[in-house]
Amino acid sequence: MSYHKMWADLGMNLEAHDQLLQVLSDGYQKQFLTQKNRPAGMQYLDFVVSEIHGLRVKELVDAQQAGRKVVGSFCVFVPEELILAVDAISVGLCTGAEVGFELAEQYLPRNTCALVKSSFGFKLAGLCPYMETSDVIVGENTCDGKKKGYEQFKDLVKNLYVMDLPQMKSVAGKELLKAEFIRFAAYLEKLTGKKITAASLKEAIRVVNAKRSAVARLARLRAASPAPISGLDSLLINQIFFNENPERFTENINKLCDELEVRIEKGDGVALKDAPRILVSGCPMAVPNWKIPAIIEQNGAVIVGEELCTGERGARWLTEIKGTTVPELIDALVERYWQIDCAVFTPNEDRLASVKKMVADYQADGVLQYSLQFCQPYTIESGLFEKQLEANGIPVLNIETDYSMEDMGQLATRIEAFIERIKQ
Amino acid sequence: MRFAGFDIGSRTLKLVILNENGMIEEKILPNKYNFELQVKDLLPPDSYDYLVGTGYGRHYFDNWENAETISEIKAFAAGVNWYHKGELTILDIGGQDTKAISLDPAGKMKKFAMNDKCAAGTGRFLEIMAGALNLELSEFGNIALTAKRAEKINNMCTVFAESEVISTLSRGALASEVALGIHNSIVERAIGLLNRVGISQSLVFVGGVAKNPALAYLFRQRLDGEVIVPENAQLMGAWGSAIIARKLWRQNNDLSG
Repeated sequence: MSYHKMWADLGMNLEAHDQLLQVLSDGYQKQFLTQKNRPAGMQYLDFVVSEIHGLRVKELVDAQQAGRKVVGSFCVFVPEELILAVDAISVGLCTGAEVGFELAEQYLPRNTCALVKSSFGFKLAGLCPYMETSDVIVGENTCDGKKKGYEQFKDLVKNLYVMDLPQMKSVAGKELLKAEFIRFAAYLEKLTGKKITAASLKEAIRVVNAKRSAVARLARLRAASPAPISGLDSLLINQIFFNENPERFTENINKLCDELEVRIEKGDGVALKDAPRILVSGCPMAVPNWKIPAIIEQNGAVIVGEELCTGERGARWLTEIKGTTVPELIDALVERYWQIDCAVFTPNEDRLASVKKMVADYQADGVLQYSLQFCQPYTIESGLFEKQLEANGIPVLNIETDYSMEDMGQLATRIEAFIERIKQ
Repeated sequence: MRFAGFDIGSRTLKLVILNENGMIEEKILPNKYNFELQVKDLLPPDSYDYLVGTGYGRHYFDNWENAETISEIKAFAAGVNWYHKGELTILDIGGQDTKAISLDPAGKMKKFAMNDKCAAGTGRFLEIMAGALNLELSEFGNIALTAKRAEKINNMCTVFAESEVISTLSRGALASEVALGIHNSIVERAIGLLNRVGISQSLVFVGGVAKNPALAYLFRQRLDGEVIVPENAQLMGAWGSAIIARKLWRQNNDLSG
């Protein structure tokens, strides 16, 4: 079916958007559908991707007509539970492609990271239906690029809400996070005209916990050898995590995990048993940023984990449902989100421990640290982590790149050589 | 038996053919950017029994029979290890990239690093700088060595460095002193890259740019250990590939590698 009328009503640029969907569809065909021995359960993801700007957006528009609100965000620090507790819908926004960069550079310096530039580009070029449906876009003070970007982004969108975040895991930092969650809860109540109750918040926590448990189950299954599912498909699941209906997502990912358990039982997998196992760690990879995982897996290695925001850093912890009142449940949320080991924190030793633990849990042979060019927090940490991991006998490859395809040859050389290093 | 190592580099094509005992043929040709034809010319049917391709164009060999591809990093490591055993550091400066590779005492690749996206400090950078000074690439290094002092060249970006060179010359600086400054800046950048993998007592300097005498001289001045420039520095990737081709063929045919 055609969604052109819906996209036109959303004020999108139809011609450029058709082109974008074509590129997305070609890329998906080439990178995903050519993979060998994919689990049947991936058909669900194939369908979701084919309708990523279609049916899912229509669901949002229909929900809005029924009086619900859509809350768009960019970051794993934005508590989805509070959004669900006011019966609103939480969606991740488009930041993963090189679109509208020339327009974005009218606002941002050239040497701004591709992710921040992409958020501006998608908005200015009218290419992200999620931004256009959002009743509010929630920004957050993580890195400087985003923080300063929001000062201009607010004039480009109808409604931007900025959440402050601490930078140190101190007592005062935790108080700030709590105060910001309380302020956000009050904002959401005002936006929707609905009260957060202990029952609605508890239910929201249950829904999000179930979703995170499903991807955690998937993560654990990838410890098997041969790997039962590719890193490319697993990354896709972690990306779709942010946009899909959470209950439908949970149900389907659990079904996929059932299938993977049978595969593991039979010793069936997507890679050779002796394929080098790689952990990918660093900056978030938003749809359709599949560049690095595609090169890794086309060269005979298999990715066994993502230490990314679109991966375990975003989904690792569950919220322990403690308490019976709204303030107590918000405290429980603060406890959960406080553990996120984002590179904007200093010091950030927990993250190195997470990387080491993932290497051990998933029997990774090496770590590819992925940094977006000009992303200072992750790029600087990658230098520090490289020394520490290599000192522990864990091979590391640091890659710094952006969303363009012009460095594919050089990246392939490095990644191939890294795989050769692991294999020798 | 004939074992071919083919390095399709960005500026040149390099071919080495070995038999059981040693080298029987080696060739270096400029890459005319229709290397498919050039490769076909160099490798007529039945010219090899097993081939290993490397270099930026290596994947051209992906579907060839009795052939496989390896990264330049593995190729250089194998080539250098053939001549020089033990723990060492390799610096390869090629046409469009720079690589630092450290080998452990057993000759295994310990760590490697490559330059960023741009061509700063590579062979292409040298070519453009020689052009800005109106010098032939072959005389560029020798002229730098005649300078008593060096002009400081601050920009590493090829485009900015070129205009810096021109403005330095128009200020009246000597071409030889500017040339030395350019070589200094390449050496500084390369040492930065080498430090990322650790510099051992022996540095083996390979790739087309190793033919430049000023760079080898400056590395010797700056580093404590020895700096080795093999005679076939530019062919090292093709050499390593041919050696691996021979090893693979022996393994595939159950002979000891």
